[in-house]
Amino acid sequence: MKKKTLGKIISISGATVRTDLTGLTLFERVSVGEHNLTGEVVRLDKDGAVLQVYEDPSGLGLNEPVQGHGVSLATTLGPGLLSVMFDGLQRPLDALVEKTGPFIHPIHLSSTLDLTKQWSFTPFVNRGDTVAGGVKIGYVDEGPFQHPIIIPADKNGRVKNIAQGTITLDEPLCELDDGSKIFGYQSWPMRVPRPYRKKISPQGPVVTGQRIIDFLFPLARGGTSIIPGGFGTGKTILEQTIAKHADVDIVIYAGCGERGNEMSELIEEFLHLVDPRTNCPLMDRTVLVVNTSNMPVAAREASIYTAVTLGEYYRDLGFHVLLLADSISRWAEALREISSSLEEMPGEEGYPTYLASRLSSFVERAGVVETLSGDIGSLSMILSVSPPGGDFTEPVTQALLRTSGAFLMLDMTLANSRHFPAINWMQSYSLYQNILADYFKKNISNDWEVLRKLCREIMHKEESLKEIMEIVGIEGLQEQDRLVMTVAEKIRFDFLAQNAYTADAFCEPQKTMDIIRNITDQYLRGQDYTAGKSENETL
Amino acid sequence: MRLSEHKYRTTSRIAGQLLYVENVHAARIGEVVKVLGPHNIALEGEILEIVKDNILIQLFGETRGLNTENLEIIFTDTIRQVPLARDIIGRRFNGSFEPLDGLPMFYASEWRPARGYPINPVARLGPEEFIETGISAIDGLNTLVKGQKLPIFSCAGLPAKELVAHILQNARLRESSKRFAVIFVALGLTFNEYSFYLEALQNIESEFVAIINMADDPVMERLMAPRFALTVAEYMAFDEDMDILVLVTDMTNYCDALREISNARKELPGRRGYPGYMYSDLASLYERAGRIRDSKGSITMIPVITMPEDDITHPIPDLTGYITEGQIVLSRELHQQGVFPPIDVLPSLSRLMQKGIGPGKTRDDHRDLANQLYKNYAKGRELKKLEAIVGRDGMSEADQLLLDFADLFENEFVHQEKQTRSIYKTLDKGLEILERFDLLQHNLQKKTEA
Ligand SMILES: Nc1ncnc2c1ncn2[C@@H]1O[C@H](COP(=O)(O)OP(=O)(O)O)[C@@H](O)[C@H]1O
Ligand SMILES: [Mg+2]
Repeated sequence: MKKKTLGKIISISGATVRTDLTGLTLFERVSVGEHNLTGEVVRLDKDGAVLQVYEDPSGLGLNEPVQGHGVSLATTLGPGLLSVMFDGLQRPLDALVEKTGPFIHPIHLSSTLDLTKQWSFTPFVNRGDTVAGGVKIGYVDEGPFQHPIIIPADKNGRVKNIAQGTITLDEPLCELDDGSKIFGYQSWPMRVPRPYRKKISPQGPVVTGQRIIDFLFPLARGGTSIIPGGFGTGKTILEQTIAKHADVDIVIYAGCGERGNEMSELIEEFLHLVDPRTNCPLMDRTVLVVNTSNMPVAAREASIYTAVTLGEYYRDLGFHVLLLADSISRWAEALREISSSLEEMPGEEGYPTYLASRLSSFVERAGVVETLSGDIGSLSMILSVSPPGGDFTEPVTQALLRTSGAFLMLDMTLANSRHFPAINWMQSYSLYQNILADYFKKNISNDWEVLRKLCREIMHKEESLKEIMEIVGIEGLQEQDRLVMTVAEKIRFDFLAQNAYTADAFCEPQKTMDIIRNITDQYLRGQDYTAGKSENETL
Repeated sequence: MRLSEHKYRTTSRIAGQLLYVENVHAARIGEVVKVLGPHNIALEGEILEIVKDNILIQLFGETRGLNTENLEIIFTDTIRQVPLARDIIGRRFNGSFEPLDGLPMFYASEWRPARGYPINPVARLGPEEFIETGISAIDGLNTLVKGQKLPIFSCAGLPAKELVAHILQNARLRESSKRFAVIFVALGLTFNEYSFYLEALQNIESEFVAIINMADDPVMERLMAPRFALTVAEYMAFDEDMDILVLVTDMTNYCDALREISNARKELPGRRGYPGYMYSDLASLYERAGRIRDSKGSITMIPVITMPEDDITHPIPDLTGYITEGQIVLSRELHQQGVFPPIDVLPSLSRLMQKGIGPGKTRDDHRDLANQLYKNYAKGRELKKLEAIVGRDGMSEADQLLLDFADLFENEFVHQEKQTRSIYKTLDKGLEILERFDLLQHNLQKKTEA
């Protein structure tokens, strides 16, 4: 059972607190001070511990109490998460408004989920059945979904009792013969990946509806794309547009250290937009984890773990999940602030030396898995990166380049000429293109690969002709080359660019193929024509 | 819990603005302390760090003349608060929130923490109401919206303050039934700049509150002044339902103060010596702009930034641009051409423009028109580079036309000297120059103010 011990604060520096409390464990959750601020143990020594406080520490005093919870900082998982907006510590923001008004005050909120809400439960198992961790014992209806209830990973046994019909989360649904009670929700330590049977290699794509992504730099289910770009290059709009349209079951959107107005706009839109697949508001398939730039920095660090744990949970229920984070750089900066307040040895640009390993273990939590109950679920990620000064040689971009599978480089020049999405087609890449080629050929269009090659070829040619044209003008180019220039311009304007504020914000893969086929056909015909002409001339 | 103030005379060290006190038995992070010394020295400070019974205090105000022997340190058991009341309107204060206008301090009806609390994102109301500044490059192409934070990125020697004065004199909300006030925050200003702004403020019709930290005032106050101002702004906007425009100049001085104090605290320096937490620190100011549900008021913020070395990738404009909802960028080249205001519309951006324009807000054709102006000007500017290589004669007629368009756009649309243009005038001007070059696309047609 939980051990509860009491100590006191002996030093405070910003949000970093020392306590004389012993017997704590690393990453254990603690309550700090008279107001029970949430904190986490970040360092242990023989006569005490160092704690990171996840809320505004102003007013925290010497000798105030510290209490260990005996468990790690955890994410609560169960029905009722969808369409809720949480802060980085998974406190529902609506409930916070009720408690403290339009401004967030440091406060302890007791529960993440509404435990008294009634759900209709349909069991899958009967008395006497043997169940193990991950097994689905039934489901509740939640919006457009059937939300399976699964046995927590560490439990197994024979079913002694199982509920049916109306239930609430505060009562056990099922009892096992060893006396353990199964509730409709569970909690999981956010920094630990959730278990699965095995990882399997990615098969299908995450269709984003962005032509340049789906056609040139596709993302595989279970894969990770990164979107680095300076300010104003369109990271947020791209993330949000994909969040609206991606063909996945569940979207987890982590607004990590960015603007408050952007988040309120997103919430507003998602409440009113209808998901064409389910005819329900988009919000019903979305969980928002919001820790804006002015909210406590340490909670910003925790926010992406809250988000990824939520993502893994839905994956374990057999869903296809997309985690979007905007921006992962703000997480890294939070890590840097915490590390420097702990007076750790800084690495490159002041980031802790473990930056790269933390990032790669985070990205590793994406993947397609066979779940403990034998289903297939996937968690894919699209992470925006905000490099200082738009310089991609900085540590966060570099570390992510090594672990992610697709690199969508946003280009300031394109953004300044209002070409959006400002993804640079020369420098970006996707390592998933080969895995996905078969899928696209089979399911979308036979000529996918051929057209892709041709399109890239035209864009490459344009790039090398551009310099010549700057000197001789388009009139000075040969007819063949002029054709390249006109077709490339058409590809840029009519195919690669996609205005997020119009109906063109989303494009079906079929339509994507039609548009590009149309343009490249013109190119091929034009080529035949000019070739024919020059033949005639030589005759 | 302590019940009252308590005093110590156990100063162990003073280093610049930092004071160390030992043998303290109770203290809170952020607690305000008063420091009394010989010759009626009275300072305030804030507790930065507590290491057992050793306390580190950040002092505000002038520390010259202090010594460790005869200081009395009073712990007040409160955090830094701002006095608030309706009577605050029309007053001027320094960076320690003391009146500068010779009048007595007003009677506070309440006190609130200077650092404020973060707005809960779900309690925000998205900005969507157009603010007319009278400046075509802003109203037409980079529209300012109520509740937005839109900085001006200037370079040393460019007329940022003239632009700001122009905005102050003309800024109006289309729906002007509500009370509107300006909060002016001067950070590290020279006397000349200060008097310029004060004159401008006195010439406007709106009410204002000014918080002034001059170039020779204590650096620590430079960090507090905008926080005081924003607490006042929140009170006026969200308690008194007013529309507030917070003008902060110059945020570059603020960031330099942040660097100076961070270095004094021996913190690890980040890019160009600025502390690693500068992004979060700036966000804690800028994010206080906005609107909230259940309140009719709003806080709109225009911070002015002087880009060191004219470099937009310098950490100050860079981190600012990552937080604010766009930026208005001034250009040395346009200034040299005599264009006023010298706004370069290409790198400028108002991220909230789409929310504030169009039918019922500005005019139906606004969006289309802005796009066409932008597109043609961008092309013209691109061609200018080509012109430098091949010469005008080597270019096609269509290209020459765009070159001329770009010139005219700069000289007639962006350039407006002291004139003020209504949004309708701005849009008509745009239509007119597109028409003059036959660049107007069919979906637009000339419409004038009804
Ligand atoms: N797909 C798009 N379609 C139209 N406009 C876009 C698109 N992407 C970005 N923009 C424009 O660029 C601006 C900045 O985009 P944003 O996503 O906020 O940039 P970032 O997050 O990289 O700073 C937006 O306000 C919008 O005007
Ligand atoms: Mg963004």
